[in-house]
Amino acid sequence: MSEHVVPVRNYVMIFATLLALTALTTGVAFLDLGPLNTVAALTIAVTKMVLVILFFMHLRYSPRLTKIVLVAGFFWLVLLIGLTLSDYLTRQWTPGPSGWEGTTQAQP
Amino acid sequence: MATTEFTHSHQFDDIGQQFDASSLGMWVFLLTEIMFFGGLFCGYVVYRSQWLPSFEVGSRLLDIRFGATNTAVLLASSFTMAMAVHSAQTRKRNALIGFIVLTMMLGIAFLGIKFAFEWIPDWKDGVVPGLHWAPGAEALNLMAAHHGAVLPKVEMFFVFYFFMTGMHALHMIVGIGLMTWLLLKARTGAFTAGHYSPVEVSGLYWHFVDIVWIFLFPLLYLIGGRY
Repeated sequence: MSEHVVPVRNYVMIFATLLALTALTTGVAFLDLGPLNTVAALTIAVTKMVLVILFFMHLRYSPRLTKIVLVAGFFWLVLLIGLTLSDYLTRQWTPGPSGWEGTTQAQP
Repeated sequence: MATTEFTHSHQFDDIGQQFDASSLGMWVFLLTEIMFFGGLFCGYVVYRSQWLPSFEVGSRLLDIRFGATNTAVLLASSFTMAMAVHSAQTRKRNALIGFIVLTMMLGIAFLGIKFAFEWIPDWKDGVVPGLHWAPGAEALNLMAAHHGAVLPKVEMFFVFYFFMTGMHALHMIVGIGLMTWLLLKARTGAFTAGHYSPVEVSGLYWHFVDIVWIFLFPLLYLIGGRY
């Protein structure tokens, strides 16, 4: 049933967790972790998003149809970004044919 | 003003079905919004991958303190929005009005911080592409420290920065408009008599705008190598 009343205590706990994650991600930005900085920042962002969607947006208590619709939406987003990057990030792997100077470097 | 108990529209079997249909409609709209902002995120990721040093310089020219503060402000507004829905569910009219007002005030605080402490100083620093592009010593020193950073691509970072935060701010303004409408109707007791779908779906929109910022904050402010 969709009209599930979430206890106030749960909302407060989710809010506190979101604030703690914000402090954590801000702190981590000042540590030199190499490429892991980006991984950490995005992992924390995804965690925050999942908390907001599941509890504040009540997806956890929504019908299965709503869940499938949202998963389908994210699937298309992954296609959009994934396929675009599969082009840009692999252009340097193979040299262009001779005479095609400058075509191996992606220059958006 | 007393309102009579809500009865569902005739095309639905019951209130629950009508509620689910309204929510699903909002979710479908939000999917189009995901693809809209997704295109911006995708463009940003592509440019950043190709011009990393320049984008790191751009990130470091932003003030992380205001980015983090605004993240907290927006998360707080999401919390008050969730509490507004909770108040509507439990039929507490005054609490509903209070939480809607709080949500609006936090939204306005977000926009105020963005304008007063970020966009206006950005203008003074000369990092507004096209309109006022004249980066000062701070930018040039950072450029020298980041091998391979070039000024035109730092400008490109700020094109993304202003377009993404600008579109986000526009969504906030629409959200505050929705809150105003909710507030006017909530005062008549319309949402505290068993039918609170408008509060729920406006909440979904508000939380979505919050989620966009949850990603803008790390992408724009955090991953610029501040150590």
